[in-house]
Amino acid sequence: MSDPRTPDVVKEPSMLKQKAMIADNYERLTSAPEAGRKVASTYVPGNLNELIMCFDLLNNLPEINAINNGMRRKSGGMIMEAEKMGHSEDVCTYVKADIGMMAKGNIAPNGKPLPDPDVLLLSYTGCFTFMKWFELLREQYKCPTIMLHVPYEGDGETTDNMRDYVVKQLREEVIPTLEEVSGVKFDIDRLREYLAESARAEDNHVWVLESAKSKPSPIDAYFGGVYYIGPIFTAFRGTPDATEYYRLLRTEIEERMAAGKGPITPEGEMTEEKYRLVVEGPPNWTSFREFWKMFYEEGAVVVASTYTKVGGVYDFGFRHDPAKPLESLADYCLGCYTNRNLPWRVDMLQHYMDAYEADGLLVNSIKSCNSFSAGQLLMMREIERRTGKPAAFIETDLVDPRYFSQANVKNRLESYFQMIDQKRRGGSAPAAA
Amino acid sequence: MDATVAPTTPIVERCQALFEDLDFTAAREWKAAADGRKVIGYMPVYVPREIMHAAGMLPLGILGGGESMEVIHGDAYYQSYICRIPRSTIELAITKRLDFVDGMLFPSICDVIRNLSGMWKLMFPGVYVRYFDVPQNFADGIGGSYYVGELNELRKGLEALGGRPITDEALRQSIAVYNENRRLVRALYDYRTQQPWKAPASEVYVVLRAGMVLPVEEHNQLMQDYLAAAEASDRPMRDNCRIVMQGVFCEQPPLNLIKSIELAGCYIVDDDCMLVTRWLMDDVPTDGDPMETLASAFLHQSMETAAKYEPDGSRKGQFLVDTVRRRAAEGVIFAAPSFCDPALLDRPMLARALSDESIPYISFKYAENSGQMQPIREQAGTFADSIKLWSEP
Repeated sequence: MSDPRTPDVVKEPSMLKQKAMIADNYERLTSAPEAGRKVASTYVPGNLNELIMCFDLLNNLPEINAINNGMRRKSGGMIMEAEKMGHSEDVCTYVKADIGMMAKGNIAPNGKPLPDPDVLLLSYTGCFTFMKWFELLREQYKCPTIMLHVPYEGDGETTDNMRDYVVKQLREEVIPTLEEVSGVKFDIDRLREYLAESARAEDNHVWVLESAKSKPSPIDAYFGGVYYIGPIFTAFRGTPDATEYYRLLRTEIEERMAAGKGPITPEGEMTEEKYRLVVEGPPNWTSFREFWKMFYEEGAVVVASTYTKVGGVYDFGFRHDPAKPLESLADYCLGCYTNRNLPWRVDMLQHYMDAYEADGLLVNSIKSCNSFSAGQLLMMREIERRTGKPAAFIETDLVDPRYFSQANVKNRLESYFQMIDQKRRGGSAPAAA
Repeated sequence: MDATVAPTTPIVERCQALFEDLDFTAAREWKAAADGRKVIGYMPVYVPREIMHAAGMLPLGILGGGESMEVIHGDAYYQSYICRIPRSTIELAITKRLDFVDGMLFPSICDVIRNLSGMWKLMFPGVYVRYFDVPQNFADGIGGSYYVGELNELRKGLEALGGRPITDEALRQSIAVYNENRRLVRALYDYRTQQPWKAPASEVYVVLRAGMVLPVEEHNQLMQDYLAAAEASDRPMRDNCRIVMQGVFCEQPPLNLIKSIELAGCYIVDDDCMLVTRWLMDDVPTDGDPMETLASAFLHQSMETAAKYEPDGSRKGQFLVDTVRRRAAEGVIFAAPSFCDPALLDRPMLARALSDESIPYISFKYAENSGQMQPIREQAGTFADSIKLWSEP
């Protein structure tokens, strides 16, 4: 019997499809030893899922495990476990949640233990902490570790030198080691097929994100967006399942748009769109529902977000390209959001503010994540200066419940919505450059 | 000379004055001494200063605002959970203490310094800004060729800024000058290892720090003078324990912190501050293609630090263990800046490597403006006592 205080969540076919995909993947991962399958652990940004599949490896993502544990309110204990083991209270809580999860038996959401990975594929893209994280995991698992160093786009563009470097690493180190670990010979035509499949999903993925330009927006591009990026950012990019998921999702959203409907929230459809926001920064996962509720209760919908670009920026034209398989993987890694320099990120936010006709920018500053957070206050100022729209700032964390203060966040959001109302009444123009 | 004044005193006083001068007067004077001179700021951990030197420019180490500078504007750019060095560096710039600096290099060390490079581009659009990436792949044909490409990009950028080419010959000469600098830094560290009572860490620190703001030739002379003065000094050897200080490679500890550790009964016989001065551990060849030789030295003869990937898991922490052994140290003090991801994420792995070798250690955090030293002195004192009293001979 359902709890009358908790409204039933509306489930659309795409949601059910994704839920089944995730459950199946955890089942495959936890049964890998019995099934004779091998497992690669890797990260979301710079995720080389198509390449991993070429070697019949399963893809385990520690960040996703941390998110899962955060949403199921298990991460707090895991983080404290890691801190007891000597990890500083100052560092990334994804890392500590992962280490604490290991200490508690590495239990997957299906209740079964995850197997130790056969290889750690360290795609060092857009986040320094990744490198330390895998050095820490390597101590535990003592398995082969592959470093794929993706240079940072300090000048805001991919240079030939950067691309050549990544391709050489793929060709001369990543692929030979994956062949050795898996016992499967690399077949570039197989990679091309997966990349073509990826591109098909990416087209619909971008269409979904850009549907938020409509008024009212049929989606929430942050709270809903984190579900929409799920398949393409994780273990499903390049699979027919992902293509089918995005086809289903697009169909549902087309119907919503045709009917003039707003986004679906955990408590049903949002009926009135009062505020259109752009959000910079990852969400808080430990109080995800409560956090989202603070928005939809006020009629605030997120029309664009940067977090939904952390595992790949597709809405500026990039697609995986089977004609240039390794170069395309390099460009994908180089182009992930946090691997872009700050001026580029500010331009991106400004574009979102304009193209999605947003009322303002909200920064969710994450204590754990300097890759996102360092520089956000300047980004805010720049957007306010360029657009004349109000920006606001809240602080939470990824998966450490100690850093989510519900009352503070709610107060700040309410004040922010009032600020937007005032701006609307008063009108304003961008400040002179 | 006054017999009561130690021979090192005049040199140390000069270095101390350079260290405290947040207007960088020495570098300003160098720039003003001839038309067209350029100054290039750089942040920790490593940049190839030879290229700036070969361009006729002054490389200027920017290591934050230190303990004496009040940060007012800089705090408006950073959340409370971000370390202090970027906010005090921004403070230096906003208060026009860096208004004579023509370019800034932001090395690959962490996400905060990386993002600061973009902030600099937005805030100071007239300044040459480069994020200086280095390879985490150490194969000559992969990471090496990438790094040569990056070095050439830097060379081109500086040529454009300076309005003249940087020749291979000039680069070779600069490599030779910096080889001398590295030899002297090694000599300084070796001397301190042998007779730490004659070259206290607080003095070695400011002598090294002078190299951040002085032309390299002048710094070379200064180190020679200091070594001679230290040898001539008559200082008593104390019954201190010998420790390595680890984690101070970016945001600098207050000088008082170093003094407090010494006062607590520890000789600091090695550390990882200002790694740019000894990142390359041996001479760089002065023949051949200078970019290739700099790249090869980076790949095969550079130090270990948290910002650098260790490809061989079994060697993680071994560089620190080897340092402890080579310096005949008896323990390690992990002193990491608050919120320093590289140092704090690395620390558990280094600590395990030390534990495996039964090397004692303690840990604490600081900020560049930490003022209260009593707890650190007590902690370091207890550590020194425990080593003296309970370590096996």
